[in-house]
Amino acid sequence: MMRRRQFLKGTVGALGAMAALGVSAAGAQDKKVLKFVPQADLAVIDPHGTPAYVTRNHAMMVYDTLWGVDSANVPQPQMVESAETSGDGLTWTVTLRDGLMFHDDTPVRGADVAASLKRWMAKDGFGKALADVLTDLSAPDDKTVVFSLSKPFPLLPDLLGKTASYSTGIMPERLAVTDPNTPVAEIVGSGPYRYVAEERIPGSLNVYEKFEGYVPRSEPADNIAGGKVAHFDRVEWYTIPDPATAAAALQTGEVDWWEQPTPDLIPIFEGTDVDVKVKDRSGNLGLLRMNFLQPPFDNAAIREVVLKAVNQTNFMLAAVGDNEELWSVPQGIFNPASALASTEGLETFVEEKDYEALKQELVDAGYKGETIVLMSTTDYPAIQAFGEVAADMMRKIGMNVDLQVQDWATMASRMKNKGDIASGGYHAFGNFSAGAGAMNTMAHTFLRSGATAFDGWPDIPEIEDLRMAWLSAETTEEQAEIGRKIQEIALKQVPFVPLGLFYFPTAYKANLEGILETLPVFWNVDRV
Amino acid sequence: MLKLAFKRILMTVPVMFLVALLVFSLLYLAPGDPAVVFAGDQATPEQIEMTRQRMGLDQPFVQRFGTWLLNLAQGDLGTSLISNVPVAKLIGQRLEPTLSLTLLTLVWSALVAIPLAILAAWKRGSLIDRGVMLLGVAGFSIPIFVLAYILSYVFALELRWLPVQGYKPLSDGLWPWFRSLIMPAAALGAGYVALISRIGRTALVEIMQQDYIRTAKSKGANPRIVLFRHALKNAAVPISTVIGLGVGLLIGGAVVTETVFALPGVGRLTADAILRRDYPVIQGVVLLFSFSYMLINLAVDLLYPIFDPRIRY
Repeated sequence: MMRRRQFLKGTVGALGAMAALGVSAAGAQDKKVLKFVPQADLAVIDPHGTPAYVTRNHAMMVYDTLWGVDSANVPQPQMVESAETSGDGLTWTVTLRDGLMFHDDTPVRGADVAASLKRWMAKDGFGKALADVLTDLSAPDDKTVVFSLSKPFPLLPDLLGKTASYSTGIMPERLAVTDPNTPVAEIVGSGPYRYVAEERIPGSLNVYEKFEGYVPRSEPADNIAGGKVAHFDRVEWYTIPDPATAAAALQTGEVDWWEQPTPDLIPIFEGTDVDVKVKDRSGNLGLLRMNFLQPPFDNAAIREVVLKAVNQTNFMLAAVGDNEELWSVPQGIFNPASALASTEGLETFVEEKDYEALKQELVDAGYKGETIVLMSTTDYPAIQAFGEVAADMMRKIGMNVDLQVQDWATMASRMKNKGDIASGGYHAFGNFSAGAGAMNTMAHTFLRSGATAFDGWPDIPEIEDLRMAWLSAETTEEQAEIGRKIQEIALKQVPFVPLGLFYFPTAYKANLEGILETLPVFWNVDRV
Repeated sequence: MLKLAFKRILMTVPVMFLVALLVFSLLYLAPGDPAVVFAGDQATPEQIEMTRQRMGLDQPFVQRFGTWLLNLAQGDLGTSLISNVPVAKLIGQRLEPTLSLTLLTLVWSALVAIPLAILAAWKRGSLIDRGVMLLGVAGFSIPIFVLAYILSYVFALELRWLPVQGYKPLSDGLWPWFRSLIMPAAALGAGYVALISRIGRTALVEIMQQDYIRTAKSKGANPRIVLFRHALKNAAVPISTVIGLGVGLLIGGAVVTETVFALPGVGRLTADAILRRDYPVIQGVVLLFSFSYMLINLAVDLLYPIFDPRIRY
């Protein structure tokens, strides 16, 4: 029989063994390290695996891009040395610049680029538009990639240099041939940082190390264009699920940079050595989506009454707070920085509302008192706020609203349900789209219509025609006219109701300098 | 005793099967689709369907459960649907922080709660007794996350003595390891201390009223010897039982504690997996938790004869 002393000895021995068995930590002590808290856990590390922006940000570190848009949203060559288009516009010949190397120390070849783009086009909405007109994508030699097209595609540099998901993720051909729906076996890019897979703790830690073989361009860094000069030897991404803990960790200096502080915690940084600034001005477009398949929202007149009832200021105040530097109204269908943006018809979103008159309009439009199932989630405070304000607004115009709040995984699944209410369907939901995705007609998920429509399934052929017409637009004037027309139709047919543009500020230690005015990228940043 | 241990370990097999079946069924019925979560909110229906097929979620319940059981029998817990990392590896990576946290909590809680229980029972009805009971009520009543935030504010933000978050492995040294766990273990252990001290006190008070204690006292035995040698030894059985049963509290509490203090442990892995509907991970950790719980209670049962020689197996 075991005696007490034996038992105690055994326990102490077990603890000692635990210490002895500990795996040795990575030798990161002498390196210049930046500790970063991303907006969400980096669950998927394949750049073509998910459009989640945290994966896009990871991809921007590890994978270089052929072009990169500058702060004026103009694509500039990045991996590209030169690009020529044939007289008829049906061939693009792209030459890669010298010195491009993958993290496995193999050179970047035209064949790698072609294979990577083929994989990417299978996933990216804008990329599919290219795939539709692509007759061949080849690499006649290691430095050249040739796009053969059935129709001119003047926006090729814009497409291949965009900031919106998915990232093009140029990887070695041996990895790029992986089925697009199967995760790649290795994370090997040619960007300024290499991914240290062996140190990954999913849900907690991702580590990147400066890639010594990267040759930055000589131009100054500007958005995702220009020279990507890495100043830190190592960047560590810590997933901290609790915002209060992340805020405290930033204050105590345990981390250097928190990508997205929640609005309620921003005031605690006042008077500290933490700066809170909006760096990514592309923002996020709040929106209310009505389900075109469900009565009464199959009726355009009813959707229009709902749109007229929207006061964007109310939505922004609820979602972001009273700091007007963090939001902007009135907003239309496109990001205001886009050539497609128009201000026509937007005054309705900031006008005082006559709810009694709207109530009558709703009845006249054919609303019969049906219960409206409005979905919202507690996982994203902005979406939760949109849901609450939308429910209140709909009730004010006489709608019978059932606000159903759930976790994001449940809501995201239900959003795909085309069935009626009895079988788990819905009438409307609040959401937001990254502003980078609202820059053009192809990346704009909520603008898609008909066969390619996203959840809510609008079917507005005129918008679909204009979306495609944008691909052939050669001047900004042409683009602006297309955008104006789309907005005019959208304000009547209501594929979605814009609720305002809001920005996520980022919080970082004041001793960091060179954080670029864009998505979180880790080149150009240094500690002073 | 070995026979009992073997028998009890064998008994865990059907229990584990039932747990597995229950968890698998609940997850099958739960709303939410990991394919949608994985593919992202902008994926087309075709992409989601392809993702669902790749994840094997298009197969019927029986086939999925059967495949999973078969793999489990071969020691394969499956692969995370989201991160594409084997579940066994994910759990392995997260085991040290959780084991460290729960063991440290268990040790400090027992070291504090048992003396408190003795003190309260010995000074029954006094201010000390009431004070201990008050502490017990407070320990039960304050949610872990509230206590965690208070500790964090005082010791990390204001005094800067302890780190706000994160875990240092034992291989980094005993002090960094211990320092990273002080606040999490304190927050997690408060309710546990309350539980052990209250049960311990009640057990001791009851034992102190037994005839053999009265006899010892009437024979003029030293009150301390009566308390420690006669009463405490007999109270060890209910105390160890409650320590074993309370491990369930620790496992549940670890989910919250690891989230608040950003410890990369199995508790946080569980919470993340549930939010993403990462079925293989949920199933793996629930099995692990159930198995651990049963093993700990088996260990407690095997300890009984040490405290009370009348108990024989």
